Amino acid sequence: MKVSAERCHHCGACVGSCPQNAIFMNDFILEFGEACNNCRRCIKVCPVAAISEED
Amino acid sequence: MRTIKCDVVVVGAGPAGSMTAKWAALGGADVVMIEKRPEIGSPIRCGEGISRSWLDRVGIKVDPKWVARTVKGAKIVSPSGNHFVMIDESKAGNEVGFVVDRVFFDKALARDAAEAGAKIMLKTAATSLIYEDGRIAGVKAVSHGEPVEIRASCVVGADGFESQVGRWAGIDTSLKPTDIITCYQYRLTNIDYDPDYTEFLLGSVAPGGYAWIFPKDDNTANVGLGVLLTRLKKPGEVKEYLDRWIARDPRLKNGQPLEAVSGAVSVCAPLDSVAIDNLLLVGDAARMINPITGGGIANSCYAGMFAGKVLAKAVKANDFSMKVLQEYEDDWRAKMENGLWRDWMAKEKLITLSDDTLEMLVEAVSKVDLEKITVHTLLAAVKETYPELVKEFEDLI
Repeated sequence: MKVSAERCHHCGACVGSCPQNAIFMNDFILEFGEACNNCRRCIKVCPVAAISEED
Repeated sequence: MRTIKCDVVVVGAGPAGSMTAKWAALGGADVVMIEKRPEIGSPIRCGEGISRSWLDRVGIKVDPKWVARTVKGAKIVSPSGNHFVMIDESKAGNEVGFVVDRVFFDKALARDAAEAGAKIMLKTAATSLIYEDGRIAGVKAVSHGEPVEIRASCVVGADGFESQVGRWAGIDTSLKPTDIITCYQYRLTNIDYDPDYTEFLLGSVAPGGYAWIFPKDDNTANVGLGVLLTRLKKPGEVKEYLDRWIARDPRLKNGQPLEAVSGAVSVCAPLDSVAIDNLLLVGDAARMINPITGGGIANSCYAGMFAGKVLAKAVKANDFSMKVLQEYEDDWRAKMENGLWRDWMAKEKLITLSDDTLEMLVEAVSKVDLEKITVHTLLAAVKETYPELVKEFEDLI
């Protein structure tokens, strides 16, 4: 998964929804960890379409 | 590495964290509260509507500084807009009351915690738990870019919807897709509306959730909506729902945004466990949000008070195991567990209803004369008019 810094509001919707707990966010950084299994829930839950699959 | 020692480290300085910190410190605990953001209360992730009745019960003094608007009541509006349930202040239910400024409200609660003796560290993000002899013994964190160890006898996870603390400790806080509402909101100005009422609009305007107008001033309101995750078909659709509604509603269509807020809320059943030896969760992190209203502040403040008082006892007993912390589980469950179950079951039913059924429901309930209006009395009115809708959980109503 990749995140668009231009779109992201850092709201944490993806972090709390991730069933794998694979997303880490501090004040302004959003990172995907190895536990990610590409379930795509973060893409769906993101209110501002900031997350997409890696090309 | 820098090491800080304390009795209790609270992760997150929202209402749940500050209330825990305040009540624990008042009881003599040495408390450090950390907040990953550089400012408490900002950025906002909230509709900011609260009821009034509970504030004095948790020791919060109303301060005009954080009251943006005192409303006269609320309207629950049917999908067509033709019917509504009017909740008037005169009916003393107090389910609604204030629209607050979270930027000031959260700071006021943090100030109360500080006055009670808690220390606050901003720009400090917890990164993992510290274990010592198999026991939780604090958190590792990054504070202003520098690693720090905060050693504590108890860790409090007050880290909100995106809570990590509970998951690090092995507490299952994971959510089903049908228990997640994704939200978008504008603080919208230049609107022409009734600023004396909060409004909740049901139906396909916000599938599986609702749309809201929470007044901030005569021509500015928090205008937003939340959609059930399973009803979304493409990325970013919740913002499209909001933009479409605003464009269509004559009151809102000339509105201009002052602030955009995104976020998610849990609308799940209460968790089986929110405390273990040396660690407990409070507020949104403990999934205490009301599954019907999406409101979390009152429950957060109650839980924070319960947790803080029990932590003060733990300090005195020098025992942070479940032997002492069980009282926190008992207290918050006694206050809110049945209500959360009832409202979760009601939500499970509500999300299945078509616009036509919701229309009938709102029309029917609007004709019932309610003495006091709360989620509970509204469900009782539904039970009276459409008993089949609440059959599966009628015992709880």
